Amino acid sequence: MIWTKIKRVIKSGSISFIRNGSVSVASTLVMTVTLSVIASLLFVGALLQSTLEGIRSQVDINVYFESSVTEAQAQTLLLELKQRKDVASVSYTSSEQALENFRLRHEGNELIMGALDEVGENPLEASINIRAADPSSYQSIAEFIQQENVSGDIAQGVKKISYLENKTAIDTLSKIIDSSEKLGIIISLFFMIISILITFNTVRLAIYVSKDEIAVMRLVGASARYIKGPFVVIGILYGFLSSIITLVLFYPITYWLGPMTLNLGTGLNVFSYYLGNFIQIAFIVISFGIILGIISSWLAVKKYIKV
Amino acid sequence: MIHFDNVSKIYNDNTTALDNISLHIEENEFVSIVGQSGAGKTTLIKMILGEERPTYGAVFFEKTDIHTLKKQSLNDYRRRIGIVFQDFRLLAHKTVYENIAFAMEAAGRGEEEIAVDVPHVLELVDLGDKIWNFPHELSGGEKQRVAIARAIVNQPDLIIADEPTGNLDPINTHEIIQILKKINDLGTTVILTTHNKGVIDSLKKRVVTMEKGKIVRDDVHGKFIL
Repeated sequence: MIWTKIKRVIKSGSISFIRNGSVSVASTLVMTVTLSVIASLLFVGALLQSTLEGIRSQVDINVYFESSVTEAQAQTLLLELKQRKDVASVSYTSSEQALENFRLRHEGNELIMGALDEVGENPLEASINIRAADPSSYQSIAEFIQQENVSGDIAQGVKKISYLENKTAIDTLSKIIDSSEKLGIIISLFFMIISILITFNTVRLAIYVSKDEIAVMRLVGASARYIKGPFVVIGILYGFLSSIITLVLFYPITYWLGPMTLNLGTGLNVFSYYLGNFIQIAFIVISFGIILGIISSWLAVKKYIKV
Repeated sequence: MIHFDNVSKIYNDNTTALDNISLHIEENEFVSIVGQSGAGKTTLIKMILGEERPTYGAVFFEKTDIHTLKKQSLNDYRRRIGIVFQDFRLLAHKTVYENIAFAMEAAGRGEEEIAVDVPHVLELVDLGDKIWNFPHELSGGEKQRVAIARAIVNQPDLIIADEPTGNLDPINTHEIIQILKKINDLGTTVILTTHNKGVIDSLKKRVVTMEKGKIVRDDVHGKFIL
């Protein structure tokens, strides 16, 4: 009997969806706008993330050692830093390697090369380059290195930590990144709530047309669930169809915007992002559409079912 | 079958719709309720359907107080009643077949039973050729016959016809009343509310007259007297 009821509900909902063609088209289009906003937020989020990631990756700190510090001691510190969760990457450069890099970098500059030859010995220190997962972690990483008991008193062999010189700049950048992320979330939520409310009202209006019918259904003894069922099916159809339309629409849109977003310095081509993450994006958009359709219909019918 | 026990209904704005009504309707009776607009006829009907709650008193269907029924029991109870309205209240986006089938589906009937009973009941109201039409393709009289077919398809114990002829011409009015009489003759209790003097006088059945929320006359073979 339950299976028969489910079949009837699905059939009745699907038939109503087709027979109320104009209302269905209007509701589907409004929901397409909502889902487009949601999908756009996904792309804006990815662009923001990519841009901030780019900025983050350009922030690093170097730890320079006294010449008394052996490579083995530096490697021990390197290993300890690698174990920290807030450290994204870490690399050791010996003083010889630093000199070679310096020479390569200034190969054509005779003045610098002459000065280097004049000094005679290698003036560059061995160093460790650290990139943190989050710029706000540099403070604690710097403090960790400076601790007396780290890596067998290597702290005493640390000549300087570049963070301490660039602290203000890194902290400011860190705050800007944090604020950008928070602002992004707030703006996303704002648009999401607005678009959801618009969808709720559209579905409610679509069902308002049937409010007298709902009262009659109640009076012929139909249970609340049996009345709600077909409307929920209609909501699912609104959500599913509009999510498919949204996904199709975003193919040419991202194709067109892709090169532009890359040229803006975000480091992300939205078209590549769309294709590369299509399954996840499709899953989010379709499930969001269907859930929104179900909830909107359920609440709208509930309002008229009180007889 | 139905018993109103000192029922009063006072709305929030202090309007008294029913004033200490006591009424008993037996099984297989055909009872007409007459009265001017605002006399309390619709409130009385809504009480029987469980749409309105009495402020004082109780309404019984057989031995059950209708207003103590839980949701599911109320649904089951409503399936024992067939309702016909003045404005037909058919489901506009469903065909004649689907309108009647819906009432059967709501009562939990199977597909095969529906496929047999719907055409049969439409033949009874002489609408066998309109089975796939939508309500907007039917005349007023035809719509009301569909409403009656929907009301009787579950073989209810009681038919409530609330001003069923209000929107119909005399010929259709006569036909609808004849169908209701036939339903009553077959053993179903009928409660009819109407303003139509000709209908009441021709029926020669029990007439309950209401005025300002009270029952002022209750005649076994009554006439339309206001």
